Amino acid sequence: MTARFDLSRPLMMAVAALLAVMIVLPMGWLVVYAFADKAGNPTLANFVTLFTDPDFLDPLITTLIIAFSTSAVCCVIAAPLGWLVARTDMPLGRTFRVLVMASLVTPPFVGAIAWEMLAAPNSGLLNQVWRMLTGMPSDEALFDIYTLPGLIFVIACYTFPYVFILVANALDRMPGELEDASSMLGAGTWATARRITIPLALPTLAAGALIAFLQALNIFGSPAILAIPAGFNTLTTKIWSLFAFPPKPELAAASALPLLVLTVALLRTQSLVLGRRGYAVLGGKYGAPRVVRLGGLRLPAAALAIFVLSLPLFLPYAALLNTAFSPVSSQFVTPETFTLRNVIFTFRELSSTLPAMQNTFILATLSATVGAALSLLIAYVVARQAIKGWRFLDFLATAPLAIPGIVLGVGLFLAYTRPPLTLYGTLWILLIAFVTIELPAAYQQIRSAFHAVHPELEEAGRMLGATRMRTLWDITGPLLRASAIATWCFVFVGVIRELSAAVILFTSETKVVAVLIFDLKESGDVGAIAVLSLTIVVITTVVIALANRLRGGRASLRAAA
Amino acid sequence: MRRRSLLKTAALLPALAPLGARVVSAMPAAEAMTPALIEAAKKEGKVSYYTAMDLSVAEPMARAFEAKFGIKVAVERSGAERVFNRIAQEMASKIARADVVNSSDAAHFIAWKREGWLAPYVPEDVAKDVPPDMVDPDGLYCNQRTHLSAIAYNTKLIAPGDAPKGFRDLLDPKYSGKMVKGHPGYSGTIMTATQQLSRELGWSYFEKLSKQKVLQVQSATEPPKRIEAGERAIAVDGSDYLFWMAKERGSPIEVVHAVEGTPQISNPMGVFKTAPNPNAARLMVNWIMSPEGQKFIVDLSGQYPANKRVKQKEGRPALSSIKTLKEEAAVVAEKADQIKAQYAKYFKV
Repeated sequence: MTARFDLSRPLMMAVAALLAVMIVLPMGWLVVYAFADKAGNPTLANFVTLFTDPDFLDPLITTLIIAFSTSAVCCVIAAPLGWLVARTDMPLGRTFRVLVMASLVTPPFVGAIAWEMLAAPNSGLLNQVWRMLTGMPSDEALFDIYTLPGLIFVIACYTFPYVFILVANALDRMPGELEDASSMLGAGTWATARRITIPLALPTLAAGALIAFLQALNIFGSPAILAIPAGFNTLTTKIWSLFAFPPKPELAAASALPLLVLTVALLRTQSLVLGRRGYAVLGGKYGAPRVVRLGGLRLPAAALAIFVLSLPLFLPYAALLNTAFSPVSSQFVTPETFTLRNVIFTFRELSSTLPAMQNTFILATLSATVGAALSLLIAYVVARQAIKGWRFLDFLATAPLAIPGIVLGVGLFLAYTRPPLTLYGTLWILLIAFVTIELPAAYQQIRSAFHAVHPELEEAGRMLGATRMRTLWDITGPLLRASAIATWCFVFVGVIRELSAAVILFTSETKVVAVLIFDLKESGDVGAIAVLSLTIVVITTVVIALANRLRGGRASLRAAA
Repeated sequence: MRRRSLLKTAALLPALAPLGARVVSAMPAAEAMTPALIEAAKKEGKVSYYTAMDLSVAEPMARAFEAKFGIKVAVERSGAERVFNRIAQEMASKIARADVVNSSDAAHFIAWKREGWLAPYVPEDVAKDVPPDMVDPDGLYCNQRTHLSAIAYNTKLIAPGDAPKGFRDLLDPKYSGKMVKGHPGYSGTIMTATQQLSRELGWSYFEKLSKQKVLQVQSATEPPKRIEAGERAIAVDGSDYLFWMAKERGSPIEVVHAVEGTPQISNPMGVFKTAPNPNAARLMVNWIMSPEGQKFIVDLSGQYPANKRVKQKEGRPALSSIKTLKEEAAVVAEKADQIKAQYAKYFKV
């Protein structure tokens, strides 16, 4: 394909340069540090320590157990729920979808704190209720959140929405014709599901499993909340502890490299396996998805969905509300004990509240805008193989998945505390961190949307004489609008949830709410945490709701097609 | 920057340097809270206060200072060991944010003094009314208040008859799974206490304690909140003023002063040389050390004041009546990393 000169080339080069600043530089520093001793001489000693010292080996193994278990749990929960919501006549399907999205708004470390309120072995509200109901002795517990299964459960609660959304969206996009054909040829509902629907959804489920795995691998907040009381470390909490005084960045960098290698290998495998499967299913033709009638199973299905939703959503928010208005977090609020003390403390006394809120929402808005735009550009280049080196862009845009946010934070810290770009202490360094961290997921989301838009539509535009940018604007853009807005929201929420890089990169004047909550957790001020968490979640939900009005639902997408 | 400050010091003391053997103190002249200082501080209009004091005391104190002088205080609160990391990270990157610094790990001031990060400043009230052993000989810092790291328990969960009398009692199997404790890697109070207890009882004590299924939290300000919530019956350690404050607002908490002695923790405060608001910083230190500031802390929290003119809070045991363990900041300064590593070996985190 010979390309006539248009605006796209310089733009693409700029994107590549930006990615280099965001990713290559900090990663470069990490590699340099991983292979150096304190004095900066080359050595492999850090890796010897990593693979022989139980202080490092144990967290490594624990982290892998967590990642595998979380991924499995997420798929088992998300796939059926996604199918129920997208493809059946289960009551309140749309509401459930919105609520799962809403649970994604919850920062995982807030979820972990809320689950402490619910399932701490003695003071946990669920344990108290259980004791009241069954007379279980006071030193026994039904749930103990300070355990490895407890941690896996909490991580899965706030990771499964990713998988769910991917699966539900894929099922939405799947054309009805194939399933219609299957039924017409005499296959029953379940045979059609097994032969057509599931195989078509499988690539997405695999992508979801991978995302869940990587999320669990790199998560910092939930383990930082629960693993210390539970008495073990994960790789991320271990890495964080290595930056305590005196800092040992070289060991931390070495601890991060196995994660990088593992992740790159997984992503390569994914593209090898899925790369051969054509699943561009949205061409010029489109059929409405079929709806499976559940019959007598409608209500049990809805009950199951409500139960699943109670875990990341109803129960934790009930606990947060209880704590926000209670003098002591373990007491149930009654009209006599109801207090506004925590609200007054948070907004009238706590001096970090307002600056942190301001920083957080500025950063979330900027990161979402930059991140969505960048993802669109890269996904376009990669999906259409528009310039030489598109493979490298694809790699760069997914590479940050492999870097625990905390380590990226350190890489950025090392790279940008020195000239020419002294960004530490400014919001810019946090912006770079957030965009970099959110880019892989945002990019993957848009890339799979691109996969579903058949290039024949663009080719038609190009044949009719439009430039690449013009084609992108007139044809691909509208088709992707829903995805782009979804991605914007995704990044926005991601920034609100982000703690691991921020905890390294903040200074007292660039503190974000996540860091403030983390500080408050350290001192056990759960009342203020509850008030702050509820506040940011309400604000975030309002922002997302407004953004979704622009999206205009599925109807606009179909009209555009 | 550091080299320049060292040069400056050398230039100031040319005659003393050759004497070498004797440490010569260079206490600066004491300064009063003059209208000129207040004026200059108000012009700056804001001040940052890095501290490990519980927010329920630090923030109201900051608001009281704000109300009196119209100078906005940003309280930067975390566990002292984390505050220490934060400051090291900011200073290494030449980010001057800290004005007034206050730590529950007195060893930090030894480190900051060695780095040359502290500016000499001695308020008049400190020179007059603070015991000399609480004031740095070079006037770089002085103790702001003293508290203890006490044992405490929830009386709803442990009958007073069954309560531990000291640290060794905590090794009794009947307390297994019932205790919560802070962490020396995060909390200055716990770091200081751990050094004292390992000296008095030996590290084998911590090894045995770690087998008692202790709930490990971070800051010394959290165990009081955990036993108040009933998550555990006994706090092995924790800032004593928070136990008392909980008890005084009606929570079922009793404080135990261990038969072996209770770790004592001083909380020095100083002004950074690189303070972006040097006048507001000096005014804040001056006010906190004045009878008014000291009384504010005492009335609210009942911590033991550094200023002799302020009486300790009614209803709290006199500090002199409690068997306390000797604080050795210099040893902590030297052994902090060792203490953290040893502790992590037993408690796994």
